[in-house]
Amino acid sequence: MNDVLRHAWTVARKDLVLEFRTRTALLSAVVFTALVLTVFNFGRDPTAVATIDLAPSILWVTFSFAAMLALNRAFQLELENQALEGLLVSPISRTSLYWGKLLANLVFVAVVEAVGLPLFVLFFDVPVGRVLVPLIGVIALATIGFVAVGTLFSAMVIRTRFAELMLPVLLLPFLIPPLTGAVQVTAKLLAGRPLSEVEGWLKLLAAYDIVFVALATLLFPTTVDE
Amino acid sequence: MLRAEGLRHTFGRVIALDDVTFSLAPGQTLAVFGPNGAGKTTLLKVLAGLIRPGAGSATVSGGRRAVGWISHQSHLYDHLTLRENLLFWAALYDVPRAARAARATAAMRRLGIDDRADQAVWSLSRGLVQRAAIAKVLIHDPQVLLLDEPFTGLDLAAAAEVRALLGELRGAGRIVVLATHNVDEGVELATDIAFQHRGRFVHFAPRGARTAAQISDEYRRAVARE
Repeated sequence: MNDVLRHAWTVARKDLVLEFRTRTALLSAVVFTALVLTVFNFGRDPTAVATIDLAPSILWVTFSFAAMLALNRAFQLELENQALEGLLVSPISRTSLYWGKLLANLVFVAVVEAVGLPLFVLFFDVPVGRVLVPLIGVIALATIGFVAVGTLFSAMVIRTRFAELMLPVLLLPFLIPPLTGAVQVTAKLLAGRPLSEVEGWLKLLAAYDIVFVALATLLFPTTVDE
Repeated sequence: MLRAEGLRHTFGRVIALDDVTFSLAPGQTLAVFGPNGAGKTTLLKVLAGLIRPGAGSATVSGGRRAVGWISHQSHLYDHLTLRENLLFWAALYDVPRAARAARATAAMRRLGIDDRADQAVWSLSRGLVQRAAIAKVLIHDPQVLLLDEPFTGLDLAAAAEVRALLGELRGAGRIVVLATHNVDEGVELATDIAFQHRGRFVHFAPRGARTAAQISDEYRRAVARE
């Protein structure tokens, strides 16, 4: 297990160094987040629907689409000089490779979310101060789930034509459960309701994470092996 | 020891490997000659463990850790420096942490690229990248080297250096499988010669005292016969 984790960390660290050095996808995702929030901010009629009712959906639509930009690039950089072949021939396990990619994607999406959340508060003037810690917890729970599935699909589509189009088409149906849960929990938190009211949704998010991280780990080898 | 037994593989209707059987002991170098599309790359991919053959088996003493594979592509990351690339691959092959830097420097020095150690790969010429790819493979000191057109992109002097290096490795007891369509490039290194055509070894024998011109002639006749 030590070897698996060590190799996973080596892969993740390499991905993060590459991303923070080139900043292509990171900058795109951050700019995209800012633009979407701006569009929603100016595009809504605050007299028709209360901000507090719309805000959770806007937050999660923004996060999930920004995450797709990150997920698209996860295996794209392995096509550079066919480095993926080198990884597959090396003695590291497919689990290490998947966990490494998952970890790098989680860090990447977390950075985008860390930029997006203050912008969201700024644009929509929602009271997150009191619920910041549980809100971050919910964001983390939902993010793990959809990044786990997204990392798997990103590997699956990378050798196909139109990979960037295929990923959202495959991924979006799988995002429905975690996004529904995340929106419900976020709405309750922003409305000042206690966490006990959303216990069921939190359990669903946790179960989704466990099931899909395990399932994706098991299925990953079949997506990358020739 | 490297052993291939009854290897068969097809891509749709195209036969890439057809009943390929051979074994090599330490110190042997097999040069596989064949025209484009003969199945040479598929053979190396099967030996490297990248493709599972449709039938037959390939075994390498020491497993994947013992294999070094140089393909058409460098498997290097353009936005990492040469040194960072080598250290990354050293970590994946479990080279002891304390030895990694020294091994990387030694490999780069051996290929005459140590003065480029801190340059990003994207800034190197094709020939230098090819040398870097060879340095990357040497870093974990593999017992079996699989080389797919290793002289591509090298100038005459660099090609001569690489030939000398491969000769040294053979002398040090490494097993080398070299696939090329250019008979002149591979003959002087080989202890054994194979001609591959439409996936099949139409000739497989020790080189003996045959000259490059004789082998080249035999190759042309063998391919024409098929």
